[in-house]
Amino acid sequence: MTSRQLSKLTARLGFWLLVAFVVVVAVFPFYYAIKTSFTPSSELFRVELWPTQATLANYLQIFSQRSFLQAIFNSVVVATSVVFIALLLGITASYALGRVRFRGRTTVLLVILGVSMFPQVAVLSGLFEVIRALNLYNNPGGLILSYTIFTLPFTVWVLTTFMRQLPMELEEAAIMDGATPWVTITKVFLPLMWPAMATTGLLAFIAAWNEFLFALTFTLTDSQRTVPVAIALLSGGSAYELPWGPIMAASVVVTVPLVVLVIVFQRRIVSGLTAGAVKG
Amino acid sequence: MSSPVTESAPMPARPLPVRYRSTKVRRQRVRAAWYFLAPMLVTLTMVAGWPLLRTLYFSFTDASLSDMGDTLFIGLENYLVYDDGRWFGVLADPVWWRAVWNTAYFSVVSVSLEVMFGVIVALVLNAEFKGRTLVRAAVLIPWAIPTIVSAQMWAWMLNDQFGIINHLLMTFGIIESPIAWTADASYSMWAVIMVDVWKATPFVALLVLAALQMLPKDCYEAAEVDGIHPVRVFFKVTLPLITPALMVAVIFRLLDALRVFDVIYVLTSNSTSTMSMSIYARQQLVEFQDVGYGSAASTLLFLIIALATVAYLYLGRKQLQLGGE
Repeated sequence: MTSRQLSKLTARLGFWLLVAFVVVVAVFPFYYAIKTSFTPSSELFRVELWPTQATLANYLQIFSQRSFLQAIFNSVVVATSVVFIALLLGITASYALGRVRFRGRTTVLLVILGVSMFPQVAVLSGLFEVIRALNLYNNPGGLILSYTIFTLPFTVWVLTTFMRQLPMELEEAAIMDGATPWVTITKVFLPLMWPAMATTGLLAFIAAWNEFLFALTFTLTDSQRTVPVAIALLSGGSAYELPWGPIMAASVVVTVPLVVLVIVFQRRIVSGLTAGAVKG
Repeated sequence: MSSPVTESAPMPARPLPVRYRSTKVRRQRVRAAWYFLAPMLVTLTMVAGWPLLRTLYFSFTDASLSDMGDTLFIGLENYLVYDDGRWFGVLADPVWWRAVWNTAYFSVVSVSLEVMFGVIVALVLNAEFKGRTLVRAAVLIPWAIPTIVSAQMWAWMLNDQFGIINHLLMTFGIIESPIAWTADASYSMWAVIMVDVWKATPFVALLVLAALQMLPKDCYEAAEVDGIHPVRVFFKVTLPLITPALMVAVIFRLLDALRVFDVIYVLTSNSTSTMSMSIYARQQLVEFQDVGYGSAASTLLFLIIALATVAYLYLGRKQLQLGGE
């Protein structure tokens, strides 16, 4: 073997080692959570890479808790409603911003961009007051309302980018036929926007599903909590004897749907993320 | 619609119909545009604009969580006040300054690491190899996992007695005795940074990958023909070309890092050694029920982030201009 071949071989080997390293670092914590969730609590003190015994006890325990089931239900309701509202308001707003040239358009776009940069804490006390005034404290409705602060700007931004790319001729034809803007949106653009809406909806769903600060602050009782808060508070008050088995089981339950979504819609998510960022 | 309809105006084939001078269609469209924007603008005012103003107002009052209606205007007392030979207020609180320092340290270190690792991962994903789609899916997993869940997963792996990280490090003889990663003040910040880097690197990698895939191929062919070392090509060709994408990734990550809350809340709770500005403000607001004081801290956080953004955009534009010349 010549030295040239040798160096080529080392380069290839190094590359594959790097790939392996990246994959292991990315996947291992999730794998280990799954492994822990199937380990009986009596075996948790033994640190092992591979499971030697498997049990469903941790899963049975969390699913027997009404509050956990309720939290999953709340999360589904909140995230779905947030997606629906963000898309409804986003598609009409993005038509206005993407297709119509009017005075104040740039200002509106800048305001939206500014809101998406808001630190959530900066509105916490003001939003608390609004939510209490609307009688939505300790109610999923308050979360649905407050989550629009981060899903709406993002949705509008990405949908506007997509809306701009649609061919002009379509709209000209609609205008020539005397279609009103509302008809143009629902009959002409909506059918073409489904891919973009799926992408943004998916990203909004993930963001709402994962949100923690508002969910922690604007809910009080177990029956109104969402999943992230339920998992964070599973740890209980004491720093000792954390129920790691059930915590990991709950973590796996709420994460598996997301991981499946991400793997199935990989391409879509990547295009949505970059579309949102390239314009930033 | 009192003005005459100029339907006889010539119809240019190409330019946007929206450019027609004041026609009926155009006016109708502009009016419709504002109708369509209204629901979104009203919602944003309700959840962002108004609350922000109220927070600013509360920061000048003695509002408390139990009674936000009946408040007294106390001027700048929440920020800074000299009373009885001592300074009080957020700006005189060493814990606040500790939180500012922690947040700045956390943001700079974690964003730098994320950009570094993100570029490496993007370069790997940009190479052609079998199973690339699978690797990309694997890399996306940390991004998909809720922050709370990833914090819990790492808290368990970093557990001082039963954690696998201590176990592995001790098996390989790197450390001699277990480290209390999340409890020991000298390690807890690094634990937090590690979790954040693990979770956010995929995002940076994806943005950089998108930029890499748009690069012109001919530069690389030319460099290869000239036999230039790949490392040199990276620093001389690739890096300057992906700088705009990197800057976008950095601003997104920086804004996220400056308002960090979840990871720290779950990993180390309210410990001062890792307390961020968001944690500090929320603690005052909710746990100590002091809405006025907490709002002052929130307002300062907002100002700091706004200033950082403006400074970053300003410097970024300057640098891009210099690079373009």
